[in-house]
Amino acid sequence: MSKKAPFKVLCSWAAVVVLSACPSLVWAQTGKPATLPLGITTFLTGSASVFGIPGKAAAELWIEEFNAKGGIDGVKLSPRFIDEGLGGDKFLSEYRRVAQDAGEKVMVSAISSGNCNTVAPVAEDLKVLNVMWDCGTEKILEDRRYKYVVRTQANAVTEMVSTVVYLLKTKPDFKTIAVINQDYAWGRDSWEIFRNALLSLKPDTKIVAELFPKFGAVDFSTEITRLQALKPDVILSTSWGGDLDTFARQASQRGLTKQSLLVLPLAESSLERLGTALPDGVIVGARGDHYFLHPETKNDPKHKEFVEKFRAKTGAYPIYPVYHMVAALEGITAGYQSAIKKNNGQWPTTDQVAAEMHNLKFRGLTRPVQMREDGQGLEDQLLGVTKKVSEYPFPVLDKIMIVPASAVTPPIGEKSPEWVKKLKPDLLNNDQFKTFDYGG
Amino acid sequence: MNLDLLPLALADGFSYAGLLFLVALGLTLIFGVMGILNVAHGAMYAFGGYAAASLIQLLMSRGEVPSVVLVLALFAAAIVVGTLLGCLLEIGLLRRVQDKDPVLQLLVTFGAFLILDDVQLLIWGGSPYTASEVTGRLGTIELFGATFTAYQLIFIPVVALCAYGLLQYFLRHTRVGRQVVAVTHNAEVATALGIHAKRIRLVTFIVGAILGALGGALSVPSTSLVPGVGTDMIVLSFSVVATAGLGQITGALIAALMIGMARSLAVYTFPEFEVVVPYLIMVLVLLIRPYGLFTVAQARKI
Repeated sequence: MSKKAPFKVLCSWAAVVVLSACPSLVWAQTGKPATLPLGITTFLTGSASVFGIPGKAAAELWIEEFNAKGGIDGVKLSPRFIDEGLGGDKFLSEYRRVAQDAGEKVMVSAISSGNCNTVAPVAEDLKVLNVMWDCGTEKILEDRRYKYVVRTQANAVTEMVSTVVYLLKTKPDFKTIAVINQDYAWGRDSWEIFRNALLSLKPDTKIVAELFPKFGAVDFSTEITRLQALKPDVILSTSWGGDLDTFARQASQRGLTKQSLLVLPLAESSLERLGTALPDGVIVGARGDHYFLHPETKNDPKHKEFVEKFRAKTGAYPIYPVYHMVAALEGITAGYQSAIKKNNGQWPTTDQVAAEMHNLKFRGLTRPVQMREDGQGLEDQLLGVTKKVSEYPFPVLDKIMIVPASAVTPPIGEKSPEWVKKLKPDLLNNDQFKTFDYGG
Repeated sequence: MNLDLLPLALADGFSYAGLLFLVALGLTLIFGVMGILNVAHGAMYAFGGYAAASLIQLLMSRGEVPSVVLVLALFAAAIVVGTLLGCLLEIGLLRRVQDKDPVLQLLVTFGAFLILDDVQLLIWGGSPYTASEVTGRLGTIELFGATFTAYQLIFIPVVALCAYGLLQYFLRHTRVGRQVVAVTHNAEVATALGIHAKRIRLVTFIVGAILGALGGALSVPSTSLVPGVGTDMIVLSFSVVATAGLGQITGALIAALMIGMARSLAVYTFPEFEVVVPYLIMVLVLLIRPYGLFTVAQARKI
């Protein structure tokens, strides 16, 4: 044993004593990490990859630029993508693999409401900040108070109630409605909310058919024939992706669109793909105020530049999941920056950032989002009707209305199913519903 | 359900059955001759569809194209895809497991299906593909107060019936067709009589693959193709084939019509049952006749 050994032992003992005396030193993450890993879950396979792949492209584009500008106080973001298409246990174990890695990280998850349901309690247990970036189910944040789970966008209630508002504002005199939704949680839940909101605001509406073809159906001919025989004034479909494309195309080929008014709250994400298949006058929603021709921000340099870069990268105009992804990333970084400020310029703890995320106003590419105490983001809703114009090879939105989220979202503590049934028709007289014509 | 709606439901069922029959026909033909239940048939459907959509999009991007060319493009895509994939699978895989356990053969085709499914994702990605131009060009038909596309109501069923007729003619009245029937009966005896059984198997497999690809190609004008579309089709066409009895061509035609009609009647009466109807029919039939509706005991399979 050398002479220096006792000194070494003493030093290491001292270090152990100091470290164990103030555990906060080890766990408080006061040290800035070299990079901040983001565990981003998105659909890279399966039918929902129509959202997941543009979402991933948006994340890559945004993060690259953000890092080039210096990151969060010098800390660069390093994304790790997890495929939601894996589903179930496999998805959860991939999620855990990233979330349980040593060191600080933020999870950005998920698109699917089912996956959000899965990861929310896990993130809460692990004390990892999880930002739900695209899933719609309102139940997660209504049923339980989360400290580490927030949503930087609207939920299904805001989306559906604003669609009812827009429908009643544009076509107040209809009598009958039919629905054709995908047969899974979103298709069923969204109809439940829509129906209750509609019956509260217009109790004399008659529901003539409720059709739930299977998720991923490739042919709606029979459903369309039945709808042609029933002749409802309005047909709602909250479907998306290939299902919506097929239904909209077959409906238009067979003249169903001439006979009934189509209401498609998710069709903003299909507009470019459908091209001229969608006739004029169809009501289209965007799950938020997302639209590359947003009347208030289409000329805003930040928005405009992003649209151009996104098109250059992917060849397509950005659709709503792209906006949701940018909103989540802007939200997270704004949360960090605001927490750093409150922490006197020091790098904040996850707890501090999570607290900040429950009380934050940030802006993605369109109107700002206000985060509430329950972790729910208040995101305004944009709807419009299709109109063919010469500037684009697909319809644009005309008669746009932006519905403020605060008017169509249940207050904190209220449960949506009851709240929706209490809606009063004077909701429609709100003077904050701004309208815009195309080109205006 | 109102009785006035019956003709509408039957018209829908008729057009749906057409597409289903085409795919089931290929599946049952391959089983009849080779004794292999080809799960990779679903990939033929998907590849045929995607290839046809790509070809039509390519043609459309070159300016005005006559409707006849577009329709021919659907068939051309199916023939090219069916021939290429058919050769690849038969020569590369199935020939090598020809004398093995049927379960192993099934697993081999299942493996091939999974691989092809990913290859398809690699080539065409996750975005929906379509080529609706053809349907628009063929116009619409008013029937019982509803509007149908001529493409779905007339074109597809006519193609399906033509395929049925041509196949029957091929098997009964052509030299190669009769050789196929002989190999079906007994490959060994057929070989002893001088029939090149290996070649006959290849021809059969290619014809079957083309029929599967044709089902896919004919579906693109009215639907959107998404990843996983082949899986749905293989399951559904299997229920047709099983209901009819494996290897039964005329049986498949009748079973496809039954399932098509029952499915559309379900949409009118109990829409919740739409998805299970084909399988309910299959189960009921198999409970009563375990070898399918039209199987004659130990008789020829084609």
